[in-house]
This record gives sequence, structure tokens and C-alpha cells, in this order.
Amino acid sequence: MAKIWVYGDPAQDSTGFKTALEILTKARSLGGEVEAVVFGPGSTEAAKAFGEHGATKVFAGDDAAFHDTIGTVAATALHQLVTEHQPNIILFPMSYDARDVASRLSAKTGSTLMSNATDVTGADGAKTAIFGGAQIVDVKFEGPDPKLVLIRPKSFDAEPSGGTAEVVPVSAPAAEGAKVVERHEQAATGPKLEDASVIVSGGRGLQDPANFKLLEDLAALIPGAAVGATRAVVDAGWVPYAMQIGQTGKTVKPKVYIAVGISGATQHIVGMKSSDRIIAINKDAEAPIFQLADLGIVGDALKVVPKLTEEVKARKG
Amino acid sequence: MNVLVLVKQIPDPNNPYQLAGNRLKRDGAQNVLDPGDEFGVEAALQLTEANGGEVTVVSMGPETAMEAIRRALSMGAHKGILISDDSLQGADALVTARVLAAAIKKAGFDLVIAGVESTDGSTGTVPGTIAEFLGVPLASFAKHLEVKDTTLHIQRQTEKGYDDVESPLPAVLTVTAGVNEPRYPTFKGIMQAKSKPVDQMKVADLGLSADEAKPTQNVNEVTPAPARGAGEKFEDDGTGAAKVADFLKEAKVI
Repeated sequence: MAKIWVYGDPAQDSTGFKTALEILTKARSLGGEVEAVVFGPGSTEAAKAFGEHGATKVFAGDDAAFHDTIGTVAATALHQLVTEHQPNIILFPMSYDARDVASRLSAKTGSTLMSNATDVTGADGAKTAIFGGAQIVDVKFEGPDPKLVLIRPKSFDAEPSGGTAEVVPVSAPAAEGAKVVERHEQAATGPKLEDASVIVSGGRGLQDPANFKLLEDLAALIPGAAVGATRAVVDAGWVPYAMQIGQTGKTVKPKVYIAVGISGATQHIVGMKSSDRIIAINKDAEAPIFQLADLGIVGDALKVVPKLTEEVKARKG
Repeated sequence: MNVLVLVKQIPDPNNPYQLAGNRLKRDGAQNVLDPGDEFGVEAALQLTEANGGEVTVVSMGPETAMEAIRRALSMGAHKGILISDDSLQGADALVTARVLAAAIKKAGFDLVIAGVESTDGSTGTVPGTIAEFLGVPLASFAKHLEVKDTTLHIQRQTEKGYDDVESPLPAVLTVTAGVNEPRYPTFKGIMQAKSKPVDQMKVADLGLSADEAKPTQNVNEVTPAPARGAGEKFEDDGTGAAKVADFLKEAKVI
């Protein structure tokens, strides 16, 4: 029987936590022994949620060193656990921190590492989507265990199974490396992108950073709406990184996604293509975003959006 | 300081990607230096301009990847290393990292710089695996960087903001797009790049066995994803906004 491990983060608002619960739900269905590894302050407490989602055992490391070094302490501890317990496969959330841990572990164990998986087929295979989700690649792993797989957020729905996990404390090994000396959090306003029921998202087509105000005005009228952005405008410094949706940003799945002035680069599409409904407003009739859109308006976003704000106001009465 | 920059040649991301069998088609004429790598090259040039030293561009890929190396050389890098071997076709992240780490070790380094992920594969794990093979720290997702004495200081992008991170050298560093403004090659730079030295290597030159270069992932099949039903598209004649508002009402979000 295969031994499947799921790696997670203890912070409830992190991608590493939420995605780990989604992965546990999937892991349960694969038939095998499902256990979890959680590293960072609060791990023992977080073990409860991991148990409720299907882990029968949780290896919990509460030491701050797991979070304050870039990958080294966590990868060293995980390698020791792997040597002792020999899992067949370890499933990681595709988060920044987990990526740095998995990549180091791959060199230590000499085992294969796959990124951006969207499904797991068993202890030796997974699937990924390429070309912005147009093609699905079914991959089989070779070489020594444990196979290592990084899984995209929101690939599965998290559903509790009501179990409880045995908690095994893990202490932090000494490891050299890069260290966090200070953390800076940018204050977020409004609903979080990952939880928003409607997302109004802007790209280069808005022409000027000041025009994001148009999207904020519209979002303010829609309950549970948040404003997102493409990598292009984040890289250009128009809006903070926390608003970025796509491959290197957030993965979202709102009821309605309104893409304003967004052409539809693959890097963006992978982060929003699973939205229930998609609306695109773009000047360029040939923009790839229209291939995904349930409703497409070929027009000037700077004219359509203010008008839309008025129309929404009118309909709200 | 001795800075190595990892670069990759990719199909132009502005053109639709195509498959050749189960792999990304890479034989087209439309290949470019991964735009994400230009930030790494620029970071390396700025560091050596400030602190002295040389920039070496390292790439693994088909022989056409020489063009990507020349592009980086024309920006100002001093020399190149190209690892090109038929046995590396279909190499996965682990194999790629093992091969690059062997080449880096052979060349010697104070700092290795890479983009956070390639634009075509978006794997994002090769730099971390290289750091482990080399036994050095990884300073990842840098949106700002500085070297003082022998310590690397970065602002590391996080979900909620950024962390100030310090790392001793030697180290592996990954930079995000936006960390700097990559320079354009000058005409002089392009001319000089043609005569800059590029060391070409095979797997055997790196002391690796054929087994160590063997892919650990095989593609069973590639199938089209279930298509999203094509929706309606309208030219805005002044009623576009009303159509969107109706749609939102129908979706019960307003």
C-alpha cells in the first residue's frame, strides 16, 4: 500500500495551508496511507485541521527556524523523516516556501520533482496543464522514491472527512543558509482575492495606473468583489504584487471574473481560467482572452467601465 | 566577484506554442532569450560593475541556445558556457539542475543568478535544486538586491509583502521581473559578443554518467483539455456596459 505524504504550512491564511487541505482531500481518494508534514510556528495546532481532512498522522515542527530559513531547515528535517519513514510520494502545495523546500529535497533524495501539477493519478504519476490549460499532460515518474510533486492551488475542493491525526513532534535540525531578518506585510483592504465572489481585474489596456480607480469604483458596488491585476502591470509597478493573478501570483476561482484590458497571456490565464463565468472587455478583437470569455465586449475599457459602474448602480436600484 | 547567470532559450512567448510529439516544439526560427532571464543578466552586470569581476552566462539546451548566450554577451556578459547533448532532450528539473550544478562547480562562482522560473516551463525548482547540489544557500524571489562585503541582502517577495533576507556568499539567487530595468545591447556590444569565448560541453565532460542525465519523468500522453464553451462577443456600440450589467444580474452577483 502506497504511503502518501502531504506537506503543508500551519498559517491558516496561507496558500500552503489551504492548498494542503485540498491535496489531503484528493490523497484520501487514492487509496493508501495518508500522512502530513507541517512545519513552522503553530504546526501542532494546525495538525487538527490536517487530521480532519484525512491525515492519520501529522509530523509537526513548531520551531520558528522552519520558517525563518529559506528552505534549508525544512528540507533537512524532511529528508530525515523521509529516510526514517520512506513515503512513496510527497505532495506539496505550489507555494513559494514549499517550492524552495521541495527543490532542495529533490537533490538530497535524487528523486524526481514535478511542478504545476493539476491532478495526481497515483503514487507514480500526475497530470499538468500546459498552454494556459488547453492541453493536459499525463506524466509517469521514474527513479527512486519519494516522488515529489508541487500541486497548483484550487486543483481540488477541500472536504473534511472528520478524522483525527496522531501528532508526532519534529525538532528543527541545525542548517546553514539564507535567513529572514525582518518581515513586511502590506496592508490589504477589502475581501481577499482568493475568497472574492467577483473579481474585477486590470491589465495593460488600462493604459495608466490611475485608471485602476475605475475598477475599484466598480468593485465597491458589487458585494464580495475584489480587484486583481496581471503580471505586466505589477512588474510595471502600477499595483502591489498582492493583487497579481496568474502563474506567479494567485490562483482564483470566483463566480464571475471580469478581465479589463487584459490580452490573456498564458501566465495570467492559468490563474483564472477555472472561474465560473468570465467577462472580457478589450479593444483588440483578436485578444486570446476572448476565447475563454462567456461574454466579450470589444471596446475601450476606459469608456465601458465607467458606464458599467453606472449601469450596475441603476440595477441595484 | 565571479557571477554566473543561468539563461534559457525559449520559443518566443509572443507566438502560440506548438507541440512536436509530446514535447514543446523548439526547432522554429522564433527562439528568444527568456525575457525573465534578462533581469538576471542585468543584476549580474550591475554587481560586477560595482564590485569588479566577471559575468559568465550558462545555458543547457540545443545548439541553437548559443543565440541566447550571444544575446546575454551582447548585453555585456564576459563569457559563456553551453551544455548541449542529445541525451538531455526531455530532461526534467532534477536532471537539468544536476547538469547545471556540475558545470557551475567546474567553473567556480561567488554567486549564481537565475530568474524565478522559465517563461515556457514555469517549473521554478531548478535554482533551489542547484543550490542543494552545490551546498550553498538559496536566496529566492528577490525584488531588490544588494551585496555588502560578503553578504547578500535581498527583499524576498512573499504572499503578504516581502521579507528582508540575508545570505552569506557563495549563494544561488533568483530574481523576479521588475528587480531592475534590463539594458538593451548596443551595436558595439553586439559586435563584441561575436568574439567572446563560449565553452561548449557534453554530459561526459562534466563527469556525469548517462544514468545521471536520464529523465525521471515520461509523458504518457497529451490530450486536449475539455474546451470551455465559446461565449458571445460583441463590438461595443454603446450598449456593451449594459450587456455586462445584465450578465452580472443574471449571475446573481448584483
